Amino acid sequence: MKRRVHPTPAELGFDSCSVCRLVSSPDERIDISRCPRCNAKLHQRKPYSIEQCWAFTIAAYLLYIPANLMTMMETGSLVSYRKDTIMSGIIHLWKTDFQGIAAIVFIASILVPLFKLLALTLLLISVQRGSTWWPMQRMRLYRMVEQVGRWSMLDIYVVTFLAAVVQISSLATVKAGGAAVAFGAVVVLTMFAAMKFDPRLIWDPLRKENRP
Amino acid sequence: MSHLTEQLVACPECDLLLKEIPLAPDGAAVCCCCGATLYRNRPDSLRRTLAFTLAAVIFYLVANIFPILGIELQGNGNASNLFGAVRSMWHEEMRLISILVFITAILIPALELSILLYLLVPLYLMKQPPGIPLIMRIMSAIKPWGMVEVFMLGILVSLVKLQGDFSIFPGVALWSFAALTLLLAAVAASFNPRDVWEHLDYSNKRQAAA
Ligand SMILES: [Zn+2]
Ligand SMILES: [Zn+2]
Repeated sequence: MKRRVHPTPAELGFDSCSVCRLVSSPDERIDISRCPRCNAKLHQRKPYSIEQCWAFTIAAYLLYIPANLMTMMETGSLVSYRKDTIMSGIIHLWKTDFQGIAAIVFIASILVPLFKLLALTLLLISVQRGSTWWPMQRMRLYRMVEQVGRWSMLDIYVVTFLAAVVQISSLATVKAGGAAVAFGAVVVLTMFAAMKFDPRLIWDPLRKENRP
Repeated sequence: MSHLTEQLVACPECDLLLKEIPLAPDGAAVCCCCGATLYRNRPDSLRRTLAFTLAAVIFYLVANIFPILGIELQGNGNASNLFGAVRSMWHEEMRLISILVFITAILIPALELSILLYLLVPLYLMKQPPGIPLIMRIMSAIKPWGMVEVFMLGILVSLVKLQGDFSIFPGVALWSFAALTLLLAAVAASFNPRDVWEHLDYSNKRQAAA
């Protein structure tokens, strides 16, 4: 089944504002390049969407490696001392009978960032190739990337909070490791990447195909 | 303003140009091509949002002033609030993490609540605060970075991790964070940016007519 995609506002001579969503025609604007209601600059598509999205995604891939290899958390007490990466921390939680929490942390810290990186790569490549393949499914994928991203901050908050609370003289301490910085950067970079991606690019190739 | 484009709306996610239709209360208009929500009709949206915002401000203050929880081990104890956690991260040379937590859990929620008060209190009193376009742009830009609900889950995970080794004393701020999470969700659900823009349209037209 071929999906029918109708013309864009730009093709009909209108522009829509990305801030207040007003649709305006050039003759009602005082400044031709700005929205008459909120004065935001009008763009048909987010400028340099693909280039900037790639840049953030690649940077996030690179930092994903130290985020998983370095120490996330050091835990010390009179009887024990542990250094945990993200994954070994999850395994330790699992073994100490906190399976539910282990699953939550695994999803937020391992699955979500990996899913975001792979999904962004897929979206970018398909858009660059002008693919008309499964637009609705790619749209849903993009919405998921946008919504789940924030939950990766979970581990950062846990480490910060534990490090602050567990400071009882020499009896027990918790410290954050280098992985926390790398991991925080991965979360921020993938969020920027998702913001830079313009979902309207998914639909543009279909318009081209429909045109007589 | 021209009236040709007045009833048109462009889908923000697929750029389909559509004609606006009137909505029943609590209804939403959905794009027929990609399924994105185009606009909603929230009866009394601004007043409801103002009520939720005022409640959220109170819980925000409590949540940030009082300790979230205290722990005890062999007669020695410690307690921390959110800002204390940010500060101790700073002193442990984890500056970037400290800044990230400060921005996402303290600064952005505070900014969001202040902006809402700045907008909604005057609108409630039938006045228009200056700089609405700028304020609305700032608000949509910072929105993804406020993560109180994720921080709430972080506290719960920490709580489970701590309970084996320490005696735990939940603080007032713990309950306040839970309330704040719910109230911020209520604010997000009831706030309708379209209503603010419509106020702006209305007064612009009135000025033009005068
Ligand atoms: Zn505008
Ligand atoms: Zn659409």
